[in-house]
Amino acid sequence: MHPAPSVILFTTLSGLGFGLLIFLGLGFPPVTGWVAFVFFLIAYALSVGGLLASTFHLGHPERALKAFSQWRTSWLSREAWAAVAALVTMGLYALGAVFFGTHLVPLGWIGAALSLATIFTTSMIYTQLGSVPRWNQLLTPLHFLSAALAGGALLAGQLLVAAILLLVALMIQLGHWSVGDKRFAEAGHTIATATGLSGGQVRAFSPPHTGSNYLLREMVHVVGRKHARKLRILAALLGYGLPLVLVLVPGAGHLLGGLAILAHVVGMAASRWLFFAEAEHVVGLYYGKRG
Amino acid sequence: MTSLPKDTPRKLGLVIDLDTCVGCQACVIACKGWNTENYGAPLSDQDPYGADPSGTFLNRVHGYEITPDQGAAQLVHFPKSCLHCEDAPCVTVCPTGASYKRAEDGIVLVNETDCIGCGLCAWACPYGAREMDQTAGVMKKCTLCIDRIYNENLPEQDREPACVRTCPAGARHFGDLADPDSAVSQLVAERGGFDLMPEMGTKPVNKYLPPRPKDRLEETDILAPFLDPVADSPQGFLGWLDRALDRL
Repeated sequence: MHPAPSVILFTTLSGLGFGLLIFLGLGFPPVTGWVAFVFFLIAYALSVGGLLASTFHLGHPERALKAFSQWRTSWLSREAWAAVAALVTMGLYALGAVFFGTHLVPLGWIGAALSLATIFTTSMIYTQLGSVPRWNQLLTPLHFLSAALAGGALLAGQLLVAAILLLVALMIQLGHWSVGDKRFAEAGHTIATATGLSGGQVRAFSPPHTGSNYLLREMVHVVGRKHARKLRILAALLGYGLPLVLVLVPGAGHLLGGLAILAHVVGMAASRWLFFAEAEHVVGLYYGKRG
Repeated sequence: MTSLPKDTPRKLGLVIDLDTCVGCQACVIACKGWNTENYGAPLSDQDPYGADPSGTFLNRVHGYEITPDQGAAQLVHFPKSCLHCEDAPCVTVCPTGASYKRAEDGIVLVNETDCIGCGLCAWACPYGAREMDQTAGVMKKCTLCIDRIYNENLPEQDREPACVRTCPAGARHFGDLADPDSAVSQLVAERGGFDLMPEMGTKPVNKYLPPRPKDRLEETDILAPFLDPVADSPQGFLGWLDRALDRL
């Protein structure tokens, strides 16, 4: 799949933002006043920024409101609802914490649950696609949830929790890669099932057009996989390993914390690049290309 | 509404004969022409006469080669467009309700005024049947020429999809696949029509008819086995050259 910068930014940033909102809603750290203002500003900048980035790839952003209508069937529509509900609920909770110095605990819990639900709905947009076997697995939602929770814990300064979550997220990330590598073959899609042709070895002989097309540009992206191995190591080390070590340094202050967050963001961006670039769409079979 | 209808009384679709298709691309052109001039946003081209031409097509003809264990390879021309699946994954993923499957005849359509151009339906389609138009910013797909098949302003013989109407080889058939007595259903039953990527569970309405096995050149001369085999060692000048080179 084409690793569009807008979707990489969206899944990375909004994951972090909603992850932070989960911790703030649960009262970790129990901040009020100006400190709370800064925490919520960061959380909203990331989550809303991510959501805005995702509208960049729409053909008609001015019709985006229509996306709220199909929540009964569409995960993308459910994501829109969950995101708005989470942002509004946490906004009210933030008002209490910033201006009135109080924590509306039930509201915070609901907001945290809605933030978690938002991340889950985002992950399901990808998980539901049978046409992309690598995404169509149980670990995809777990990867999105664990990565967002680990990033949120880092941003919220919950060092011990962050360390545990980073370790869990790393395990899930490694599992997602190793299961994902086998998914296409397991799903059993081949050029023979795609074309229904039998009686010998089937090979794509001539493409429909000499030029490229939307399908090839959008779904048969092979360039990004060139450095997949190096990028995986980079993503694992920067996204999970280095932050894990940094938060375990005794007396880690803002500097090391900031470094840990920076490393995590860069690592996650690499991970999300791979999430798209390595994902093979079955339509590639019709063009004689896996993915 | 992007919920799929439970069942549709009619299942309009195409039956494509891979044995008959000659790969002339007439259906591709007829489709592009009709769907650019009629219903919905035109099918745009980008840089059509330049170095890197590309454009929106609702129907594309691929070519595949089948190499059997023995004998000559066979080429198959393979037209591909929307299969109007009964369990269409492109419809349910749509967040705006722009994508829908008609309850009366099963045709899958896009309401272009509701489409936000997110592209998720094209991702969900395993067959590559949907293409985002780069100029209009909305999703385009085969409409089964809905503006022809029900169009009473057209002479009756023209009330079928443009690709079917134009096919000079008679490789494309249009009809109701829910009716077991229809010509298309009979054809599917007779020729062993099949689904593309059946393991995907999309239950395509369109069917493909397999290429028939080709004739093979058999040995017909009953005396041939008794004749001297053709000399496989060279004679004359070539024979001398062969021996001379061997000695070197």
